[in-house]
Amino acid sequence: MSLRSDRIGWALLLAVIGFALLAPAFDQTGPLKQSLLKALAGPDAAAPFGYDHLGRSLFSRLAHALRLSLTIAFAATATAAVVGIGLGVLAAWRGGWIDRALGLVADSVLALPALLMVLMMGVILPGMGAAFWAGIAAVQWIEFFRLTRRACRAVMDGPAVEAARIQGFGPAWIFRRILWPEIGPVLRTAMAFGVAGAIAAIAALGFVSVGVPAPTPELGQMMVELLPSWREAPVAVAQPVAACFVLLLSLNLIAGGRA
Amino acid sequence: MRGLTGILAFRLAQAAGVALVVGVMSFLMIQAMPGDAAYRIAAARYGYDMVSSQAADAVRAELNLDAGALAQFGGWIADLLRFDLGRSVVSGEPVAHEIAHQLGATLHLSVVALLIALLIGPPLGVLAGLRAGGLLDRVLLVAAAGLRAMPQFLLGLVLIVALAVEAGLLPSAGHGRAAHVVLPALTLALGLAAGSARIARDLMAGIAASQHYAFARMKGLSDGQVLRHHGLRNIAAPLLTYLGLQFVFLAEGVVVVETIFGWPGIGHALIHAVFHRDVPMVQGTALVMGLGFVVLNALIDLAAGRIDPRGVTA
Repeated sequence: MSLRSDRIGWALLLAVIGFALLAPAFDQTGPLKQSLLKALAGPDAAAPFGYDHLGRSLFSRLAHALRLSLTIAFAATATAAVVGIGLGVLAAWRGGWIDRALGLVADSVLALPALLMVLMMGVILPGMGAAFWAGIAAVQWIEFFRLTRRACRAVMDGPAVEAARIQGFGPAWIFRRILWPEIGPVLRTAMAFGVAGAIAAIAALGFVSVGVPAPTPELGQMMVELLPSWREAPVAVAQPVAACFVLLLSLNLIAGGRA
Repeated sequence: MRGLTGILAFRLAQAAGVALVVGVMSFLMIQAMPGDAAYRIAAARYGYDMVSSQAADAVRAELNLDAGALAQFGGWIADLLRFDLGRSVVSGEPVAHEIAHQLGATLHLSVVALLIALLIGPPLGVLAGLRAGGLLDRVLLVAAAGLRAMPQFLLGLVLIVALAVEAGLLPSAGHGRAAHVVLPALTLALGLAAGSARIARDLMAGIAASQHYAFARMKGLSDGQVLRHHGLRNIAAPLLTYLGLQFVFLAEGVVVVETIFGWPGIGHALIHAVFHRDVPMVQGTALVMGLGFVVLNALIDLAAGRIDPRGVTA
C-alpha cells in the first residue's frame, strides 16, 4: 500500500513538473498577451486549454504559475533543510547554552503561523517572491532542526562517535558517515510536507490577493480571478484548482501514510 | 519529568521569545518603509494638512529619531514590553482597542470550528482505531489524505459553491446572523477534524492492541466500560497535546478563512493592515496570534497533566 501510493505520488509530481518545464516551449502566445475577443473561449490551436476572462492563454498561464510555485517552494524548503540540519547538528554536537538558545528560538517561531511570517517579510523585502522564500524558510527550518537534533542527540553519546573521535576522524567525516544515515530517512517526509505547505501558502495568499502581484500568473490568484465567471466557464476555473490539488496530493502521497 | 513550575517557566520564556521575534520583524518593517518617519508620524498625529518641516523636526527631536537604528530599536522593544502597541496608522484608534474588538469575532469562529472538529474527528478516529484495518478505517484514511491535500481556501471555495451558491442553504459570506458562522467554521473544522481523527485512530489502535486492554476485557468488562475506563483516558492526553500544536494551523486558517468569508476578526484585520502597511496593527495582530498559541498550549499542558498525572508528553 505505502509503496504503491508512494509511486503514484512520484508519477503525479513528475507529470506536473514536466508540464511546467516543457509547456512554455510549445507556446507562442505567452502568459500575458490579452485578446479580449476570445475571453473565456474554449480551446484552440494557440491555447490548448482555452482562454481566461481577459483572453489570455490558460495553457501558458498554468505552466508559468506552476513554475513559480514549484521554484519558490523547492528553494524555500531546501534553504530550510540546510539551515535546520546545520543548526540541529550544531545543537546536538555542542549542547549546553547553544542547544538551549536554539531550542528557545525554535519554540518561539513555532508559535507564529507561516502565513504571518510571509506577510511580515512581504513588507520588509522588496518582492513577494523573496518574501515567500524567506518567510517560509524562516518557519520550516524548525521542523528540520528538531528532527536532526533528536536523531543526532541519541547518536552523539553513542560508542560509534566516540570511537571515530578517538581514531581522529574530523567532524565532516562523522557527519557524513554516522549522523547522515540517521537523518536521511526522515528527511523525505519532512521535505515533501514542507514543499506541499509552501505551495499551499503561496496559493492561499494569492487567493486573498496579498500574494504575488497581479499580471504574474499564480495558482491562487488565477482561481480568484476566474471565480466570478465559473458559471460561463467552469472548465477554466477547474484548471488551477485541479493543478493545485494534484500537486499537493502527489506531495502528500510521497510524504507517506502517516498524516 | 518537568514539574508545574518547569512547564510555566518554559511557556513564559516562549512568550518572551515570541514577543521578541514579532518586535524585531515589526521594527524591520518600519525601517523598510519608504519616506521620512518623522513626516509620517507628524502626519498621523496632526493630520496631513498640518504637516510642516517644523512639525516633523519637533517629532524628530521628541522621539529621538536621529539617534540611530539601535537606540530606536531599544525604544521600540521597551514600548512593546509596556504593552504600548501604539495607534493604528489607518484608523487612528489605539491598536489594543481595535484588537480587543476583533478578537471576540475570531474567538467566536474558532470555538465553533473547534467544537465541530472535536465532534467529527476524534469519535471517528476512535471507532476506526477499535477496528484497525476495517472498512471505516480504510475510508477514513482516504478521506483524511484527500482533506490534507486540500488547502483551506480551496475547501472554503468548494463549500461556498456547493452549499451557498448551488444549494442556497447558507449565506456565503458576512457576519451578524447565526447562520453566517457555519461555512467559515466548517471550513476550518474539516482540516482539524482530519488531523485529529488520524491521531486518535493511531493512538486508539495502539491502546486496543495493548495487554492492559486485553486484560480489562478478560476480567469481564463490557466493550463500553473498557473504552470508557481504559481507552479514552489513555488517548486523551496525547490527543490534547497534538491539538495544542494544531492551533498554529488554526491561526493560519483564520487569516485565510476570515478574509474569504468577510469575517471581521484578527485575520481579516491582519490582511488589511498588511495591505495598508499599517505596521502597528500588523505587530499587534501578530503578537496576539503568537501569544494566544503560547497561552492555549500552557493551558493544555496543565489539562494534560490533570488527565495523565504520570506526565507523559506526546
